[in-house]
Amino acid sequence: MAKFDPDVSVIGQSVARLEDPPLVRGQGRFAADVSFPGQLHMRIVRSSMPHGRIVSIDTTATLQMPGVVAVWTVADIADIPPIGFRDTRVEQLEPYRQPVLADGVVRYVGEPVAAVFADDAYRAEDAADAVIVEFEEWPSIMTADVTAEFSPGHSTEAMVVKQGYGDIEAAFGAAYAVVELDLSVGRHSGVPLETRGAIARHDAVNDIIELHGAAKVPHRNREQLARMLDRPLSSIHLFEGHVGGGFGVRGELYPEDVLVCLASLRLGQPVKWIEDRREHLIATNHSRQQRHRIKAAVDRGGQILGLDDVFFHDQGAYVRTHGARVLEMVSGMLPGPYRIPAYRIAGHYRLTNKTPCATYRSPGRYEGTFVRERMMDAVASRLGLDRVEVRRRNLISQSEMPYERDLQALGDDVIYDSGDYAGLLDRALDRIGWPALLRQVEQRRHNGELVGLGLSMFVEKSGLGPKDGVFISVDPQGDIEVVTGGASLGQGFETVIAQICAGTLGCDYRRIRVIHGQTNRIANGIGAHATRATVMTGSATQVAAWKLRDRALDAAAELLQADRADLTIADGEVRHKNQRLSPCVALGDISAWISAHPSGTDAPGGLNAEGWFHTEHMNYPYGVHIALVKVDPSTFAVKVERYLIAYDVGRAVNPMMVEGQLVGGLAQGLGGALFEEFLYDDRGEPLSVTFADYLIPTLHEIPAVEVLLTEDAPSPKNPLGIKGAGEGGVNGAGAAIASAIDDAIQCSGAVTALPVTPARLMVLMAAAPKNPAAKDRSLSVADH
Amino acid sequence: MKPSPFQYHVPLTVDDAVTILNNVAPDDGHILAGGQSLVPTMAYRMANPAHLVDINRVAGVDSVGVDNGHLSIGCLVRHAAFETPVIDGPIGDLLPKVCHHIAHYPIRRRGTFCGSLAHADPASEWCLVATTLNAIIELRSVRGTRMVAADDFFEGMMSTARAENEMLVSVRLPLMKETERFGFFEFSRRAGDFGLTMVLAVYELAGGSIVNPRIGLGGVEDRPSRNAAAEQILAGSAPSDAVFVAAAEAASASVEPMEDIHAPASYRRHLVKAGVLSALRQTVQ
Repeated sequence: MAKFDPDVSVIGQSVARLEDPPLVRGQGRFAADVSFPGQLHMRIVRSSMPHGRIVSIDTTATLQMPGVVAVWTVADIADIPPIGFRDTRVEQLEPYRQPVLADGVVRYVGEPVAAVFADDAYRAEDAADAVIVEFEEWPSIMTADVTAEFSPGHSTEAMVVKQGYGDIEAAFGAAYAVVELDLSVGRHSGVPLETRGAIARHDAVNDIIELHGAAKVPHRNREQLARMLDRPLSSIHLFEGHVGGGFGVRGELYPEDVLVCLASLRLGQPVKWIEDRREHLIATNHSRQQRHRIKAAVDRGGQILGLDDVFFHDQGAYVRTHGARVLEMVSGMLPGPYRIPAYRIAGHYRLTNKTPCATYRSPGRYEGTFVRERMMDAVASRLGLDRVEVRRRNLISQSEMPYERDLQALGDDVIYDSGDYAGLLDRALDRIGWPALLRQVEQRRHNGELVGLGLSMFVEKSGLGPKDGVFISVDPQGDIEVVTGGASLGQGFETVIAQICAGTLGCDYRRIRVIHGQTNRIANGIGAHATRATVMTGSATQVAAWKLRDRALDAAAELLQADRADLTIADGEVRHKNQRLSPCVALGDISAWISAHPSGTDAPGGLNAEGWFHTEHMNYPYGVHIALVKVDPSTFAVKVERYLIAYDVGRAVNPMMVEGQLVGGLAQGLGGALFEEFLYDDRGEPLSVTFADYLIPTLHEIPAVEVLLTEDAPSPKNPLGIKGAGEGGVNGAGAAIASAIDDAIQCSGAVTALPVTPARLMVLMAAAPKNPAAKDRSLSVADH
Repeated sequence: MKPSPFQYHVPLTVDDAVTILNNVAPDDGHILAGGQSLVPTMAYRMANPAHLVDINRVAGVDSVGVDNGHLSIGCLVRHAAFETPVIDGPIGDLLPKVCHHIAHYPIRRRGTFCGSLAHADPASEWCLVATTLNAIIELRSVRGTRMVAADDFFEGMMSTARAENEMLVSVRLPLMKETERFGFFEFSRRAGDFGLTMVLAVYELAGGSIVNPRIGLGGVEDRPSRNAAAEQILAGSAPSDAVFVAAAEAASASVEPMEDIHAPASYRRHLVKAGVLSALRQTVQ
């Protein structure tokens, strides 16, 4: 970590995180740390039935138990609508929304059926156990390969998301070869160490409901809650404390959030709910599970002429807040860094009797990259070409930027803003020492080791608009407050915003207090999701800091009776540019002076400024992952020996934190590739309900990750050139590890499904041909 | 993840513990030692004991000693006591090798050797050691003390010969001869996870031949067991890779492996072969 140097712009320096002191001193304030006098504890009675009708719910015994205040079933909240979609409105999906409490039918094990409120968390759980729910069991649908009736008049296939461009029929007609693959990604998800939590209280004096434990998108959830509870927007406020990991799943609006708000109002006492781990693994959003049937038309030289994909998305029991966004991102982003002149994709959005799915770090891209990069390997194998060369031949070149595709992702036209994909590939291969590594692997293989190299390339997206705003003010002592509508999930948001503010303004970043996730401090905010915070809130901060700087210089020119053009701001003081010993004035003093001498143009309350940043389109960072793995021939365990993430972030505000994002992301990507999987039995009983079943990789399983962070292609879409870093460590991991395993066992195309568990690898290796000349048996190839 | 209500008892002597246990056992009373299995099970409400008899303050049962050719392990000896050799000789070397596979260090600091035996998880390392080495288990109740051989003690998945009013007071492991060799294999998905298969191979070498071979398997079937098929092949043979392979194949063919989400039976069967071979090869390294 670089030492903070006040003479160098703090933007781009790996300075220490502002967030850390309270966290390392045990002064964190996570959801469970929030309590209010007289609070009740809520415990959810969850369905033990994967699919069925609720025949009866008997709460008689529960209501007699000590400390129990109320038990709610759907009848008690009949006025509350199901949970809607946050950013998209898809009428077709509305019949599939989740009710806050099961409405006569249960569709997954874990679905909230009743809520118990008691004076103590233990008593609440005892009481919840005493609620007797009688079910009539219905057949469960546990695969997205089939469809059935969801509800009268509605199929379990909620919609088919289609995108495409170019003449796909012509591309396949002209193909030298067609390569077809059937690929699957397992069900896994973000599993933050802090489970969800929601604590609500009703401030009767002002008639305001406060919801604590908010994360990710407090402002958007506030709007949603106001609609659902039919209350004025100004009567609900959300408050974010420390958040022990988000990853997409935390901070969405879930049934429990709605229940605590409503209960605080109706029961007249604060209500606290803290999710336990078993609940987390069956109630919080799952993700990823898809099966793709993809085919590529290629010419003799390995150029892809067309890509045609049909995929099946195993959504689970309901459509949650994201609507169809994961499918939209798969379909809009699957072509990645390659030219692909013709493209057609159809995503079948299908409901099953499992925990509902939504976004998880790099949603749709982890899946899409696995599929696309498996295809690139398969094309290389089919044509007898080098894996790297095939990729190189298909890459979009720097001269083609900006590169527009007739595709959409997150409701935005996909226009790659900048990038030098081939350049990053070269740098990545150079960094890892690819030719030497190939020789080493060959040598070790000769000595009997099952070692292999894999790579993947991908394009990420970041900086979802349309706008974000911040308000900066300087107090009389010179401390600076930046009020944002952003959110912190532990990613270093405060530090990044403080660095941008400090670097623009000319002060010490440690004197900046960054406010986030408090809806009572700022009216607007889109939170922290879709790798947008640094791009959007960061750029808005820069705009506001410029304005504030202007105002400070105006005021100082008057105070110092100097020419404004001769003044600059450094270390929180306005001073002459060239004369170090001349009079100067501190920003705090300027603020005090403005307060005392308001002019018509100044905002009230001293030195302050509001700034907004708007953008039409997202921007597109990109990366290369390279993995070296070793397979143990006696246990079929896969060890990742080396891992390189090369990633172009446009401009790194804090390289140390960017690296942290990438390495942390890789841990999750590796988990999905080798360990993590939510499994169910045939009837629909979840089998991965503890950390002994759902295996998150630990330090023992994660290699020392090498990071090549580049700034070759700054985004033209914002003044600092920033692109996001939140998802680049996850994106290519499944693809690179799969590729490396194929190479290790010398069977191209062997890995068709993630995660690659030892038991599955045993089966793959038993089926693999011993003769290296017949490598392609898992590929179905047709010549034209 | 909050346990059901229970009554908590804190005896200070073994006699008191046994007396309390005798009173509460019929009313679903259980002993709490390290709690590394029981407490999570209670948090999940898969176990809902009405009484807990916490023996952590019982005096004089937290040491390892040598007694009449045995290593005697008291009921409050933590796993971590075996991080380094507690005694010279083969068994002193064996126990740390096994110990390092038990979960993670913080868990080893709390969980107890005897608690593992009483819990009888099929994937418990110590249960495998007890079975393979013919441990003797000391059970005490208000009626007195009885000694049970490990082979008779483990009755099935988390099921033992211990009566509900008996307390497992100590375990005696026969000391190993200087001429005894051993090898240990364990495979788990991640470091510290329950082993999907464990193998402990022990034998004496006399006149160039294998004598008294003991091949213990853990994590494979519902309880730890010795594998007669492999032992038969080894007994009287000179150690060689061909003999080891034959023993491994015999063991693999003779087991009836459990299935769970991490390992279908076919994979465990394969691991038995790999594990027996690995453990035996260690004996000649």
